[in-house]
Amino acid sequence: MVELIARTPCQALLPLEIGGVVVREEDVGRLTSIMPYRGQHAAVSATLKAAHGIELPAPGRMYEAQCAQAIWFGRGQTMLIGPAPDAALSRDAALTDQSDAWAVVRLHGDSAEDVLARLVPVDLRAASFSCGHTARTRLMHLAASITRLDDRTFRIMVFRSMAMTLVHDLKTAMEGVAARR
Amino acid sequence: MRVADKGLIDRSRPVRFLFDGTAYDGFAGDTLASALLANDVRLVGRSFKYHRPRGILTAGSEEPNALVTVGRGAGAEPNVRATVQEIHAGLEARSQNRWPNLSLDVMAINDLAAPFLGAGFYYKTFMWPSQFWEKLYEPVIRRAAGLGALSGRNNPDKYERAYAFCDLLVIGAGPAGLMAALLAARAGADVILADEDSRMGGRLLAETDEIDGKPGAAWVDAVLAELGALDNVRLMSRTTVTGAYDSGTFGALERVGHHVAARPATLPLETFWRIVAKRSILASGALERPVAFRNNDRPGIMTAGAVRAYLNRWGVAPGQKVTVFGNTDDIHRTAHDLLAAGVHVAGVIDSRHDAPDSSDFRVFKGAMVSNSSGRRGLDSITIRSVAGEDRLATDCLAMSGGWNPTVHLSCHMNGRPVWREDILAFVPAADTVPGTAVAGACNGAFSTAACLREGAQAATAALQALDRAVPDVPLPHSEDAPYRIAPLWAVPGRGRAWLDFQNDVCVKDVKQAAQENFRSVEHMKRYTTQGMATDQGKNSNVAALAILADATGRSIPGTGTTTFRPPFSPVSIAAMGAEAQGKGFAPERFTTSHAASVERNAPMIEAGLWYRPSYFPAPGETTWRQSCDREVGMVRNSVGICDVSTLGKIDIQGPDAAALLDFVYANTFSTLKVGRTRYGLMLREDGHVMDDGTTARLGEHHFLMTTTTAAAGQVMRHLDFAHQGLRPDLDVAMTSVTEQWAQFAITGPKSRELLNGLLDAELTDADWPFMACGAVSVAGVDGRLFRISFSGEHAYELAVPSRYGDSLFRTLVARAETMGGGAYGMEALNVLRIEKGFITHAEIHGRTTAFDIGMERMVASGKDCIGKTMSRREGLSGAQREQLVGLKPVGAVRQLSAGAYLFQADDDPVRVNEQGYVTSVAYSPTLGQMLALAFLKDGRARHGQKIRMVDHLRELDALCEVVDPVFFDPDGGRARG
Repeated sequence: MVELIARTPCQALLPLEIGGVVVREEDVGRLTSIMPYRGQHAAVSATLKAAHGIELPAPGRMYEAQCAQAIWFGRGQTMLIGPAPDAALSRDAALTDQSDAWAVVRLHGDSAEDVLARLVPVDLRAASFSCGHTARTRLMHLAASITRLDDRTFRIMVFRSMAMTLVHDLKTAMEGVAARR
Repeated sequence: MRVADKGLIDRSRPVRFLFDGTAYDGFAGDTLASALLANDVRLVGRSFKYHRPRGILTAGSEEPNALVTVGRGAGAEPNVRATVQEIHAGLEARSQNRWPNLSLDVMAINDLAAPFLGAGFYYKTFMWPSQFWEKLYEPVIRRAAGLGALSGRNNPDKYERAYAFCDLLVIGAGPAGLMAALLAARAGADVILADEDSRMGGRLLAETDEIDGKPGAAWVDAVLAELGALDNVRLMSRTTVTGAYDSGTFGALERVGHHVAARPATLPLETFWRIVAKRSILASGALERPVAFRNNDRPGIMTAGAVRAYLNRWGVAPGQKVTVFGNTDDIHRTAHDLLAAGVHVAGVIDSRHDAPDSSDFRVFKGAMVSNSSGRRGLDSITIRSVAGEDRLATDCLAMSGGWNPTVHLSCHMNGRPVWREDILAFVPAADTVPGTAVAGACNGAFSTAACLREGAQAATAALQALDRAVPDVPLPHSEDAPYRIAPLWAVPGRGRAWLDFQNDVCVKDVKQAAQENFRSVEHMKRYTTQGMATDQGKNSNVAALAILADATGRSIPGTGTTTFRPPFSPVSIAAMGAEAQGKGFAPERFTTSHAASVERNAPMIEAGLWYRPSYFPAPGETTWRQSCDREVGMVRNSVGICDVSTLGKIDIQGPDAAALLDFVYANTFSTLKVGRTRYGLMLREDGHVMDDGTTARLGEHHFLMTTTTAAAGQVMRHLDFAHQGLRPDLDVAMTSVTEQWAQFAITGPKSRELLNGLLDAELTDADWPFMACGAVSVAGVDGRLFRISFSGEHAYELAVPSRYGDSLFRTLVARAETMGGGAYGMEALNVLRIEKGFITHAEIHGRTTAFDIGMERMVASGKDCIGKTMSRREGLSGAQREQLVGLKPVGAVRQLSAGAYLFQADDDPVRVNEQGYVTSVAYSPTLGQMLALAFLKDGRARHGQKIRMVDHLRELDALCEVVDPVFFDPDGGRARG
């Protein structure tokens, strides 16, 4: 009898700690892309609220409920994080399983902002990018989703195949920040 | 010579360093320039063109003369300004542009040839014969003229790029910048204060002025202590703001590691910042102008402000018997400061007849310095007045022709500075960089009091624009002396009077340019090369155009300035491209089977950003061809496994999904049945082929498109554009699922047998005919199966969520191996598809049409699609087109090569006789010969004819037969069976 063994995108690459900043791979459960069909945004939002306790997030925002998060993921797209999506959602939206498509890591530490300032061209200062803010942007050369989870923690998502480059880029930036102390 | 009890250096921390192999001692806080002057080293370099001995002219980043090479080996850095480089233990600096050494430079012979090396020299001399330029003139000139050189090896140093954001960026931390930053900081704004010096304070560190009754440096320390304690302030010293760009964006270069002894490998040498500021204040100060007189480039002659800076900030007297020459009241401070420090002042030569008197030193009123002498450094000057000429012994001349506001950044967005006659200088025009105000000396306000005042005013305006309350900060009390100046650009007389020290451009060169009708300032600049060296003419531009104005009978503002462009001071390419070298050059994409492939010793090759196995060497195989031939045979005879996850996969859902596919594909997809897959051809708007692939219909409103590996991103973008821009009426949603699924081809006559031992339900021909697709279960994991083939064999592609990719690949390969098969790589994949005449981007390379590849009938007639109309343009189809054919060698030469050209057998193989070209070749172990895919004029009508293949680069000349591109199993029975 065959058994297929699962591997995570950053297995054998993480965790990594340099200068008090830590990168860890995050197990977030299911990832489901939700793209409402035309004119169905409100309906999908209501269904999502009823099923998972959160509405569709506004652009640049992450909404959070007890066991689910919804991250704005680009034009017309939300990533539901955590639970398997309620079947009712598929009535008015395209649902796509992306659980295996993204490497999801957490960057945590006092200098986390300084590390990202070497890689990400958008303003991530707490004053303009506070807890629950999210951005689709680039990290070095990688297309990324970056979300602030608290004052010292960011969630970073990049394509699974680029996990090694993500870790390389983070490591380089973390070393540069640590070397300045 | 060091002066006791003066300066801001730390005398408790001595530092030893090397210059040209000799050890010298300095103190923490010294620059290389101040430390060399403290050790009485005056000769520091040789000039660019004439190899004249040169010393230190200035005390800042504008230094044109004292350029050195720092470090050794691959990372040695040329053209480092000694006035900027801080000394540290282990610092090793060398002089440049001299041979065999600095004091004996044989190329100084150039100085004797000076009459021939004037303006326009290159243009006049080296016009002909033209081939001599590259072979003779240029190499000779490059060897003789120049500054430092790079090592020519890979730079081992780390560089960094970074981004910063703020409410207010203050550029320059002199009195104006500090005052502005203090006000904004107290208002709670997010402030970045950037200054290019290692120590903030600007001229307050170099002068003896007091603020509120205390030394200027003490006020600076107090302000910096307050700013440093605030969370909303970032102090960026050693950071030169190098350019002003759109939307409040600035480039800035921070020197991070240059001053650090025993720098760790992880510490960047430099960081190139992109700073985005809502408002900014330019408080970049002013640069002092030298005066042009005969032999004014001799070591020992420096700007008066630099002499005060070395004395007051670094405790160094640049001479023992100093003279001062200039045209402002400012220069008299130099004499007073020197006297107060116990340095002898031999005289002050003031070109103005109304110069102030002094009881402490001799003042030559209405007089000028007309010449200097000394072998490798100054020993005397000639003073000319109405009374005649006099020589005066001196080892240091402090000169000043007035001050030029540092307007550069204000001109980076096409602004032109405006002339102010009262200070004989250009100042920034208003609002040339949106959101940026100008304050202090940069704005022509030369007294400390005026700088503080303007700094506060600019900050107030910025805070109001930011909707912040302006705190009440009283202005400290300081000197407010008027700036009195009379014109003094060049001292009349014969001989060479230097304007641009770095490029060896003299007054006579500018005059000659005007004489030869290069009267526009931009033409003069290029004809003489004035302002074209690494200092970009910071020391010479205004004087040069004043002389040009005089020579052409125009006013200075009428003559105008040349264009100021970023960067303000040199930025190494390494800093701009930081981290984008080595592994940072491009992301690497790895498939889930990567580790297993590497374990099997497969050489990995790049396919776009992806890495894919080239072949899987078996024991005993020594060449790639052996492995490839075996893998092809394996697929044709049993079963092969290949990771095809890199192909783009796009999930397309919605009521109008089929309509969108009909629109973007040349052929029709709305008629495709659920559970079936179809090959599709996509055209560009211009009618040429863009990409191909298969699309599966997973549900009534659910399709899965595949693209080629290379065009995955392009196709996704194309679909988004087609939907958002061309057909927004279609209700459809799309997203990439390339990364979600690990997908493997199981190829060969035993493919079904392999799968039937693995899948949870058995496959039958009835349920799974050729081109079927659907859901399957693999060891309890939900997967997708597609019966498609890129090899012409009975084949499947099995997809599972990526987390299982590694495990599934290992399982599939292990099973295939027990059946006489195994993994195959890109080489075998390529051979298999060439045997079948299947195209890749080698064939659909952007210049071919559906007609060319024999697929014009796929452009459906019953519907419209992107590219359809344009594909019907005249010239895109017909006999004159080069059409896809197969080639087989039939002559003595059996070798074929991709990139070769095709000719009629009897024709001369030259360009005009070209009949077509070869796109893909392979040795086919199945057919036992080389095969080629090629494009040949009217090729489809020429099957059976002979054609000559010539590869001029590889020197191959082979006679071929033109055949159908499908070499193997032309009726496709194997794939369907």
